[in-house]
Amino acid sequence: MTARAWSIAVVIAALLLLVALPAFLREYSVALATKMLIFALFAMSLDLLLGYTGLASLGHAAYFGIAAYTVALLVVNANVSSGLAFPAALAVAAVTGAVFAPLALRARGSYFLMITFALAQVVWSVAFGWRTLTNGDDGIPNVVRPNFGFSLDNTAAFYYFTLAVVGIATLALVAIVKSPVGRALRGIRESETRMQALGFDVWRYQYVAFVLSATFAGVAGALYAYYNRFVGPEYLYVIQSAEALIMVILGGAGTLIGPAIGAGLIVFLEDFISSMTQHWVLVLGVIYVLVTLFAPRGLIGLVNDVRRRSAK
Amino acid sequence: MTWVIHILNGVAFGMLLFLLAAGLSLIYGLMKILNLTHGSFYLVGGYIGLSVVQLTGSFVLALIAAVAAIAFLGAVIERFFLRRFHLDELPQTLVTFGFLFIFSDLALWIWGGDPQMLNVPRLFQGSLPMGYYAYPYYRLFLIAVGLVVALGLWWFQERTKLGTMLRAGVDDAEIARALGINVSLLFTLIFAAGAALAALAGVLAGPVLSLYPGADFEVLIFAFVVVVIGGLGSLRGALAGALLVGILDDFGKAFFPQFALFTVFVPMAVILVLRPTGLFGRQ
Repeated sequence: MTARAWSIAVVIAALLLLVALPAFLREYSVALATKMLIFALFAMSLDLLLGYTGLASLGHAAYFGIAAYTVALLVVNANVSSGLAFPAALAVAAVTGAVFAPLALRARGSYFLMITFALAQVVWSVAFGWRTLTNGDDGIPNVVRPNFGFSLDNTAAFYYFTLAVVGIATLALVAIVKSPVGRALRGIRESETRMQALGFDVWRYQYVAFVLSATFAGVAGALYAYYNRFVGPEYLYVIQSAEALIMVILGGAGTLIGPAIGAGLIVFLEDFISSMTQHWVLVLGVIYVLVTLFAPRGLIGLVNDVRRRSAK
Repeated sequence: MTWVIHILNGVAFGMLLFLLAAGLSLIYGLMKILNLTHGSFYLVGGYIGLSVVQLTGSFVLALIAAVAAIAFLGAVIERFFLRRFHLDELPQTLVTFGFLFIFSDLALWIWGGDPQMLNVPRLFQGSLPMGYYAYPYYRLFLIAVGLVVALGLWWFQERTKLGTMLRAGVDDAEIARALGINVSLLFTLIFAAGAALAALAGVLAGPVLSLYPGADFEVLIFAFVVVVIGGLGSLRGALAGALLVGILDDFGKAFFPQFALFTVFVPMAVILVLRPTGLFGRQ
């Protein structure tokens, strides 16, 4: 079989597995798989910026969290139907990205990382401090899941809803990455000056990547609000942003599948190790260090290295 | 008069932040490593100080032990875990994040989950009377230590041979190496020194802020804010940023308790938007 046929076969097998999952897993595990899907999307959205455009953001929780808060505020405080709150949340995430992007794009490298961090912390401190609107660190409970003629309160039903949304978002991301825009973004990652010399409006491409990335993070955030039926300021906190960054690096930046695997693995490990030992933070830290030592390009980098070696 | 007290409190906290941020900033300036383990150096340093005080009763011994132990730990991490990823930011970030997790859990394991206070050393117990108020000597001592360290670092950077090498390394590590400067040794020394300053801050903070699980993440974020405001790699920036953040934080907590952190994060965002490289940073 050719490499292309192989990858198609793998994708189909993975899809079948994902669809069949609720049939042979306990309810608890189905819920965990739902969370893995949500964070896979969150990590992929960040990778559009980090891996494809070469801009490391330490503030991605801002768009994730602001979408989650939009859902919660509309559904709980304003009694808007939960299904309508979803597109509204994406719009708010996109607008936040569109406003923050010109500020952040004034800088590059570590300074870009710091501005994105600073802007996200401002959003966090609003959510944390504005108690009359957001309940501060108590958060907003009782976020109702949407009802499209069938209830999503059932764990399996919500799993399929999430799978469908994450699936569509992933297809859109793949389309973006493979489009001429995606190729231009990779060119910018490799050399901004060269792309500029070739006549590309670098700033505009980076702006578009930033807003798209924020919007997809918003999809993940809105799903997570439904998933937990709760939002709190920790959704917006720098630790959440850092975790997304770690998911991308662990899986392998610059691919979509890498960050998705990294995210799934971290969500799974956090759950699995914390059920085994109370020292799960220690174990997770050791795993991060070991993975970096043995696979500095992430898990996908490791797989590619092995493949290249066996091809020789 | 309350204003004076608030400013003094802010400056005292700012000096602790300066000790943290100076190391963070120098390490970044020289090696381009965003050292997330810096929060652990602070907390574990503080805890080591606590244990030494409990064993020996001596605050001075506690300072020496904590600084020495954490300097050694920093050197080991730089040599064996970070050196191999020189100028490769993503793996470096992941390694320092891993160690932040590891030390956070080890500290919880060894020293428990309850907040613990160090006693104020006997020499600095009591307060300086100031009109209707009294101001604790220990906080004045913190301000003095901060000033001494700032002066010492300035002297080191501007007046010593090693400091000149450091500045050369910050400007251009490749050229510095070509000129025969042992950049490799310099990296380890500066990383260890930065770690030691964080440990010093941890022990000194013990009697005022107390030590507790999660303090490592908290001070890391504060130190990060300071460095962001001041500009990466600049000592002057670290000092200015630390004092500004210390004072803003104190006034925020006193006058807008609900929006306490808002008073720190919003000015940070405004400064960055106006000057993306921070107050004293260079592109």
